[in-house]
Amino acid sequence: MTSTLDERQRFTRRSLILGGVKGILFLGLGARMYQLQIANSDRYAALAENNRVRVKFLAPKRGLILDRFGRPLALNRPTYQVSIIPEAVSNLEDELERLSQLVFIEPEQRARILRQAKRSAKFLPIVTHENLNWDQIAQISARIPELPGVDLVETSQRVYPEAEVAAHAIGYVGPASKKDLAGDRVNNLPNLQVGKAGMERSFDRQLRGEVAASKVEVNAVGRVIRELEHDPGAGGDTLISTIDSQLQNFAQNRLGEDNGAITVIDVQTGDVLALASSPTFDPNVFTQGLKEEVWQALLNNPSAPLNNRAIAGQYPPGSTFKMLVAMAALEARVVTPKNAFFCSGVHELGAGRFHCWQRGGHGWVALHDAIAESCDVYFYEIARKVGIEKISEMARRFGLGEPTGIDSLSEKAGLIPTKAWKARNLKASWHIGETLIAGIGQGFVLATPLQLAVMTARLVNGGISVTPRILRKKDEEELPLSAAKIDVSPENLRAIMRAMRAVTSSATGTARMSQISVKAYRMGGKTGTSQVRRITAQERRLGGIKNDDLPLEQRDHSLFVGYAPLSNPKYACSVVLEHGGSGSLGAAPVARDVLLEAQMRKSANWNNGAPNTDAAGAANTLRREG
Amino acid sequence: MLYSAAGGNTSPWASRHLIRFAIGVALMLTIAFVGIQHCFKVSYFAYALCFILLIIVELVGSGTGATRWLDIGIMRLQPSELMKVALILALARLLHNASIESSNRIHVLGPAILMILAPSALVLRQPDLGTAMLIVIGGIVLLFLGGVALRKFGIAAAVACVVAPIAWFMLHDYQRSRILTFLQPDKDPLGAGYHIIQSFIAMGSGGLFGKGWLKGTQSQLSFLPEKHTDFVFTMLGEELGLAGCVFVLVLFAVTIFRLYRIGLLAEARFTRLVALGVATTLFLYVFINVAMVMGLMPVVGVPLPFISFGGTAMLTLQVGLGVALAGAIDLKNPLQNMR
Repeated sequence: MTSTLDERQRFTRRSLILGGVKGILFLGLGARMYQLQIANSDRYAALAENNRVRVKFLAPKRGLILDRFGRPLALNRPTYQVSIIPEAVSNLEDELERLSQLVFIEPEQRARILRQAKRSAKFLPIVTHENLNWDQIAQISARIPELPGVDLVETSQRVYPEAEVAAHAIGYVGPASKKDLAGDRVNNLPNLQVGKAGMERSFDRQLRGEVAASKVEVNAVGRVIRELEHDPGAGGDTLISTIDSQLQNFAQNRLGEDNGAITVIDVQTGDVLALASSPTFDPNVFTQGLKEEVWQALLNNPSAPLNNRAIAGQYPPGSTFKMLVAMAALEARVVTPKNAFFCSGVHELGAGRFHCWQRGGHGWVALHDAIAESCDVYFYEIARKVGIEKISEMARRFGLGEPTGIDSLSEKAGLIPTKAWKARNLKASWHIGETLIAGIGQGFVLATPLQLAVMTARLVNGGISVTPRILRKKDEEELPLSAAKIDVSPENLRAIMRAMRAVTSSATGTARMSQISVKAYRMGGKTGTSQVRRITAQERRLGGIKNDDLPLEQRDHSLFVGYAPLSNPKYACSVVLEHGGSGSLGAAPVARDVLLEAQMRKSANWNNGAPNTDAAGAANTLRREG
Repeated sequence: MLYSAAGGNTSPWASRHLIRFAIGVALMLTIAFVGIQHCFKVSYFAYALCFILLIIVELVGSGTGATRWLDIGIMRLQPSELMKVALILALARLLHNASIESSNRIHVLGPAILMILAPSALVLRQPDLGTAMLIVIGGIVLLFLGGVALRKFGIAAAVACVVAPIAWFMLHDYQRSRILTFLQPDKDPLGAGYHIIQSFIAMGSGGLFGKGWLKGTQSQLSFLPEKHTDFVFTMLGEELGLAGCVFVLVLFAVTIFRLYRIGLLAEARFTRLVALGVATTLFLYVFINVAMVMGLMPVVGVPLPFISFGGTAMLTLQVGLGVALAGAIDLKNPLQNMR
């Protein structure tokens, strides 16, 4: 019995030891649970959430761009894709065959679809057709019930109804690059289109809208189980441009095949009514799948069709600059409008000879005739008296030498030289001869066509420093904006305006052939002919070479700045025709036609003067549709 | 829990599990009322039967990648599970009549060791490392309780240390990778370690009270693997939280405690050994399963008794509990003169 007791004690002892071990191990489990479920619970909860929640972003509808009367300049057109969900199909190959009988699928395309179906998850749709036409849509939508897993999907494509006409002003969209989207959550959007040029780029933020986000719950293989949250986002704003698409159309066609630019602005508000640049391009090629050869052709074209000459083309303004030289001299009181100078056809400065375009000279000329007849010697004289610093200061006050601010991304500043500028950039001191050359808008002086239009507007609107704009603010009255006045004497402004009127109206004016025949619509202005090459002394002796006899790239640029009507001017216009010959023969007739069209259009469109309500109404209609 | 594992459905698991549970309870009660003497008598026979079944499995068995199951119509039987209880019964009977001295002698210890190693070798060949280990540990615990001298265990441990490196090379690749995964779960998050990391996330995200019945995102969205079998405890942790986990563990602990009570109070050595053997087996199931889903042990494929889907483990324990209950009914029977 002792052995039994012994045995029993040992058994009890050992079972208690065993029980104790088990108890300790159970406590260990409890500790681990505490560690996982209490101490680190937050971390694991976040990981679990991360596991199950995916955020999908949906592209917002891009805002429309309308012209000032509500006519569309950039729209979204629905395009239709067909997609197929492999999971919902019993035999993908048979289904594709049936689909192909409705709308043919190329064998390579079919092979691609089958490959993709093998690779990706079975519940993800695969696109089989894109850009369907109406016939094809009808074919497919009628048979959809018999085609399980096949779906017609609407997507959006940017369309520019004006095509080539407003290409530079409106710009175009293209697939977003990494750089376009830095730090933006739309990074995740496939096929997002962003503005690449023109208004599309300048106002991309407003047009793009707010990205819609859909928070979905997914399971371990990525299938969407349900939507947890939906942020509907917001479509982009519809923008109303200041452009009058019909005037734009007229201006673009008037340029035709010639390289150059036409700008028309409202002298009171700064509204850009037309901004034409030639050669142009069709922005629709960018949104309908840009082909590499088309892109290369655009890039390699020596005329640079993508370049918006109206804001990025920098030209010597030539004689169109003379009003500002005169204004600088008048304001500095180095001359009065009455002071006359003798023009013999040449101005001598030391050993240098500075010629007038009129070989025989103009004789005695004062301000009025000097502008009307564009006498160069007069401006050599006054430029020399007033000096380059005063000239460049005046030029800046009238909007040259710095960007107008219309398009911060591609606009060029032009160039208004000063002594300091030359010292800084060319490491050379200023020569008095350079002042003389600047006096006739040549040499270092450069301006964009838009700057010249702005200069003209400021000269004829009573000296209000109006700034150009291409976007109309919402619910805005058609009233002059409160812009600062340029501090110049009104008499001097009137004297210069009278001279500009004489350019087109007097018997000796350089643009007398281009005056508008309808009296109420008559214009004033200034011609400009800017040399592209230096004329040698020998040529002068031989009587000069006619522009027509020169190769195109050596011919003069033809410029004209104009305004209309003569009293209470409404429009300012600049025309630049590259290598277009003289200003009077090349640019002036173009400006005449454009300014006449603008004024006739005004009576057609602006009667009862409420373009805003029209535009807003049209915009609303379009917004509802798209 | 199985209802939840099926996404709130009685099929395919919960209903079948309930039926099996009911059958098992009936069997348990039957055994309990048949009486401890009969259990004693059939113990060697049961062991022999299980051993034969193991050999049959070896020859014709079916199962995913490993031959573990025998299809017998109503359920697929896993003889290796049944062997755990059979071994306990057989060893208990062997040790019933052995004194402390004799249990250390070769005529008792020799057959005992053979009885442990023979079936576990067969199970290891299936290959099922987890079950084989459970069988061996169960057997060792019984020998320990049976009074075998500690010195002998020391020798066995020394032998094991020598054999272990050799065994490492004999392991299957997937078994090795499981052990490696256990040591470094973050190393390969989408490969072998994926399951255990998802299991941590599920458990951890459950917090104190869980995400709610049927609301475990890890479980319901299939991030959690094997949620109806080996990882059912993880789902419990996710949906019912620490509270649920502790509750279940306490239930197991109470059961084990009751078995200890039987074992300590029983007159007969056989009953004592069986009760503690069953308690130990139950403990091992629970501990290994829970430790494994919480990353404290390698994933060795041990189910959580009564809760995981899979009938044999539950049946095994129900049989074991039945025998223990039979012993409890007849506590004072010393089973003298029985051999």
